[in-house]
Amino acid sequence: MKTQNKTIEKVTSQDYQYGFVTDIEQDTIPPGLNEDVIRLISNKKNEPDWLTNWRLKAYNNWLKMNEPDWAKVDYPKIDYQSISYYSAPKDKSDGPKSLDEVDPELVKTYEKLGIPLEEQKMLAGVAVDAVFDSVSVATTFKEDLGKAGVIFSSFSEAVQDYPDLVKKYLGSVVPYTDNYFAALNSAVFSDGSFVYIPKGVRCPMELSTYFRINAMNTGQFERTLIIADEGSHVSYLEGCTAPMRDENQLHAAVVELVAHKDAEIKYSTVQNWYPGNPETGKGGVYNFVTKRGICEGSNSKISWTQVETGSAITWKYPSCILKGDDSVGEFYSVAVANNFQQADTGTKMIHSGKNTRSTIISKGISAGKGQNTYRGQVKIMKNAENARNYSQCDSILIGDQCSAHTFPYIDVRNPSAQMEHEASTSTIGEDQLFYCNQRGISTEDAVSLIVNGFCKEVFRELPMEFAVEAQKLMEVTLEGSVG
Amino acid sequence: MLEIKDLHVKVEDKDILKGINLTVHPGELHAIMGRNGSGKSTLANVIAGQESYEITSGDILYNGTSIISESPEERALAGIFMSFQYPVIIPGVNNTYFLKAALNAIRKHQGKTELDAVEFLKLIRKKLAVVEMDEKYLHRAVNDGFSGGEKKKNEILQMLTLEPALAILDETDSGLDIDALKIVAAGVNNYRRDDRAIVIITHYQRILKYLEADYVHVLINGKIAKSGGENLAEQLEEKGYSWLDN
Ligand SMILES: Nc1ncnc2c1ncn2[C@@H]1O[C@H](COP(=O)(O)OP(=O)(O)OP(=O)(O)O)[C@@H](O)[C@H]1O
Ligand SMILES: [Mg+2]
Repeated sequence: MKTQNKTIEKVTSQDYQYGFVTDIEQDTIPPGLNEDVIRLISNKKNEPDWLTNWRLKAYNNWLKMNEPDWAKVDYPKIDYQSISYYSAPKDKSDGPKSLDEVDPELVKTYEKLGIPLEEQKMLAGVAVDAVFDSVSVATTFKEDLGKAGVIFSSFSEAVQDYPDLVKKYLGSVVPYTDNYFAALNSAVFSDGSFVYIPKGVRCPMELSTYFRINAMNTGQFERTLIIADEGSHVSYLEGCTAPMRDENQLHAAVVELVAHKDAEIKYSTVQNWYPGNPETGKGGVYNFVTKRGICEGSNSKISWTQVETGSAITWKYPSCILKGDDSVGEFYSVAVANNFQQADTGTKMIHSGKNTRSTIISKGISAGKGQNTYRGQVKIMKNAENARNYSQCDSILIGDQCSAHTFPYIDVRNPSAQMEHEASTSTIGEDQLFYCNQRGISTEDAVSLIVNGFCKEVFRELPMEFAVEAQKLMEVTLEGSVG
Repeated sequence: MLEIKDLHVKVEDKDILKGINLTVHPGELHAIMGRNGSGKSTLANVIAGQESYEITSGDILYNGTSIISESPEERALAGIFMSFQYPVIIPGVNNTYFLKAALNAIRKHQGKTELDAVEFLKLIRKKLAVVEMDEKYLHRAVNDGFSGGEKKKNEILQMLTLEPALAILDETDSGLDIDALKIVAAGVNNYRRDDRAIVIITHYQRILKYLEADYVHVLINGKIAKSGGENLAEQLEEKGYSWLDN
């Protein structure tokens, strides 16, 4: 039995492979948060008054709020005054027009991650809006997108170029009063992505952004806003990794999606931030994200797919408000908690339109001392005639020191609703690994075989190239960590 | 091919095997019988490299070299196969996918090219026919929801596909109906070749009606108490194990 545990230990104790620090000079403001800091951020970004005021209102609202404590995660108190709220690469002023103009250090960083921009550009035909720390430094494929009428830009650029659109939709799905982290983000958000797909347009390519945290003690406060106008279609990919650090890095992003009549938004995430030291759990990223989409118009659809393998703490509930009649919300999730990672994630499906449908497929993987929690809410409002929900929450445990928890909340206020819920928990046992080994399959391959089998319903929702990446990431995450 | 020398094995501080000696040559079929708990599965598992058993002394040679410090996977790649007394369920993993991964791991080790999906399907269809299994089993998860007999047939299917040099079958004949028993026996005979050896652990003499065993051994109290030909199995069936106690 002792030897059995050893294999599992070996299997779940792999170091973060993407830990390194890029040496680029940072333009960082001193730590601390007050109204002056917010004005400074807004000023640096040359923002209009309405936005400065909006930030200030969010800040004053945040001051009155309390940090939520209902999630099943445990971390030392965050000192918000010790965080620096702005940092930008120095060469930002004359912004690069092509990859050649991008800081070679940055390009090298992406190469180390195995996702060089050039290759991305050539092979995948993906438009890449690379967010390095807080400011976008590379945007490609703009012209192609421009021809189709698609707006895909950094958030700061959008504020300058499309102030009316930003003003109309910013905070319309996630108001700054929504929760503690959303309020903080609204006050200090640095940059992010902005997407607008005009009426009837099918976005000609997958939109992708790679986020990366790199400045010591610099919280990342991304803001993403995607609007799909009537009858349009867009698939947005978000992926990220972070360098190894000792300090805990706070990340509190907000993502808002708006789908008008007959529009469809597919939002896929592969998240691989530094999970903390595998032996002590120290130093990992805290990921407190608010992601929400509204199916505003009838027959619209929003689909969230996430593969969460990183972060020390994940607090994340991508949600759908199904307001339009016949609208559809989907949530496909794989969340890994290895070593000392804690993941509390799930979704909310709020049905208010008639004939609205939602699907929730959640796959939780716990290994090492990891703690994985699914927390989901399905709410059927009074007027939501014939709403339907299907939920499936599966957990798999690798080793005997990890845990999985499931908290499905269901609130049905219309008797015509049809609800289905399934849940299961299984383990990767030594007997299964031995069985595979006895057939010539290595432990590492066996674990990825089992885990990929477990996750396949979610992986197949990802765009092709992302699915391959996710599968690889899963191997890397659990590898050696699983071998 | 297989040479076990004065093997002593402990599990959780309990001595299970107390000096096993056994030599198996290519082409031979050995049957091992013995009471419940006498250590038959322990022996099979130790040969396959299950790590929860501790070898306190003795050695296991495979093709002349000691394998006791090799991992289960190294032994499997070298051609040792064990049909499990209790085949393991692997939910979510497609049976074909599993078997293809195993076969290609072995082929890769042998320096052969890996089979693609089409080639593999062609091969597996032939093997399915031998054990009279329906193709639908290929698309189910490994042993998931399989009946006892179906699991045993699946083990034989794996053996036929992977074509090991040494097959250790741990009670593959237990829990089979009359027809399934014949099918499993046919599978074993199909596999049998001059350059391959088989060790079959069984409680019943009936499977030996279909297979020609060269040797029958009786395991008692951690040792091989008696070895003989097929008639030893008949005698045991008649007289019971107490015949050999003393
Ligand atoms: N992991 C283990 N922990 C504790 N005891 C064990 C373990 N594995 C085997 N044993 C013990 O070792 C002894 C031999 O077991 P083994 O499975 O080898 O018997 P067997 O001859 O195959 O029996 P059967 O005919 O019932 O299959 C039994 O007493 C069993 O309880
Ligand atoms: Mg046994």
